[in-house]
Amino acid sequence: MPIRHFLPLALALSISASAAFAVLPQTSNTNKTPASAKKSEPATPDQTQDDEGERIFEQNCSRCHNAPQGFSPRISGTIVRHMRVRASLSKHDEEALLHFLNP
Amino acid sequence: MLMLSPTMKRPPVRRILMHAALFSVAFCMAQLGCAQDTPLISGGVAFLTSTNGGNTTYTPLIEPLIAAPIGNHILIESRAAILESFFPKGGGESGYDHSHFAAFTYLQGDYIASRHLTVVGGDFLIPFNTYNERLSPVWISNLQDGPLIAALGLMSSGSGLGGMLRGNAISREKYSIDYAAYFSASSTNEQFPAQRSSGGRASLYLPQKRLEVGLSYNRLLQDTQENFYGAHVWWEPKDTAFRLRSEYARGHHAQGYWIEADYRTQRFGGPESFFGRFEPVFRMQQTFRRDTIVSDGLPLVDTQRADFGLDYNLPHNMRILTSYSRQFSSTNNHNIWETGIVYRFLFPAWKGK
Repeated sequence: MPIRHFLPLALALSISASAAFAVLPQTSNTNKTPASAKKSEPATPDQTQDDEGERIFEQNCSRCHNAPQGFSPRISGTIVRHMRVRASLSKHDEEALLHFLNP
Repeated sequence: MLMLSPTMKRPPVRRILMHAALFSVAFCMAQLGCAQDTPLISGGVAFLTSTNGGNTTYTPLIEPLIAAPIGNHILIESRAAILESFFPKGGGESGYDHSHFAAFTYLQGDYIASRHLTVVGGDFLIPFNTYNERLSPVWISNLQDGPLIAALGLMSSGSGLGGMLRGNAISREKYSIDYAAYFSASSTNEQFPAQRSSGGRASLYLPQKRLEVGLSYNRLLQDTQENFYGAHVWWEPKDTAFRLRSEYARGHHAQGYWIEADYRTQRFGGPESFFGRFEPVFRMQQTFRRDTIVSDGLPLVDTQRADFGLDYNLPHNMRILTSYSRQFSSTNNHNIWETGIVYRFLFPAWKGK
């Protein structure tokens, strides 16, 4: 199959990517607003742990899948251990993630 | 059609019951753990349709996953796939025929020694590139079909029977390096077929850039002793819902790549709004055959394919998948239309007090 058949698709991909990136800066600004607001007040230890847990979740879990909704707190430890194996999390990461999932 | 990784096997009911009994023992032992460590039952239920060349196939499917922690360091986990496929009879006959399939995808025990080392034993997913381990579950994948090159490096069955070491080699604020290395024995067991092989994967992750790059290498240690090489790049820019994933794989007889991008807008009320729940997906892939020896599951001729998907993430862990694909090759070009609805379930293995 000649490569020219794929040129329109490559063009479509480029346009899609450009369109996506066109909205990225505004998206980023929107997300940063709550974080900035939090900085105006001293963070409590619980908030710090939640932020840490959220960061760990975003960097390890949500890269592959959406967060499951509405699960029982009785299995939060099992979920985190499963993720610990998958994503090579440390014990500290596990605890922060557990706190984030089950505050 | 549905990417049912090559791990599919057909176990007798007697053996399934045996494994159920084993898990019951594991569950009982797990009761000794703390309240948050209750064994879980998770997975996905899906109803999928695929229209290829005018023929539509309907596939109800369930992929259950169970995980049971034991003590502070051990996790027993397993996933299976059970499906019924209804397809046109063909040959001028009207009506539909159907086929049944039930299979374990993996069954493994994990011992977490530290962040740097987890010892895995049993029937495990082969750590080659990323699709097999991370994206193959029906409740995770953005498109029904797996990539054309998904079978490369997976030693026919997609799983190995033996041991694997994995963990985090180095972890710093700006980067971390993960590894996985395995050895699999040869097995002709009906339930756990595997080929004698070894290999592994190393990946570098830059958390501030949300960029991951990795390399994989596998070697088949029986018969023709082929080598497989893989590389992957994942990028998810921070504070966005844009994801870019890609893989390249090269085998002895064929090679190929795929690039997939998906995006959920955070405008118009955020990702949980009506518009934010839409998730456009685009995947482009090509395969190149190096010779005419067919041993890897890739198309027999050079093939290009583009997949345009539009998913909708409903509340309560439900997802609608739709896609249109156009596949080009020297033998024929054809369209593939696919739709499906997927529900992800996740609950404790037993009722709590």
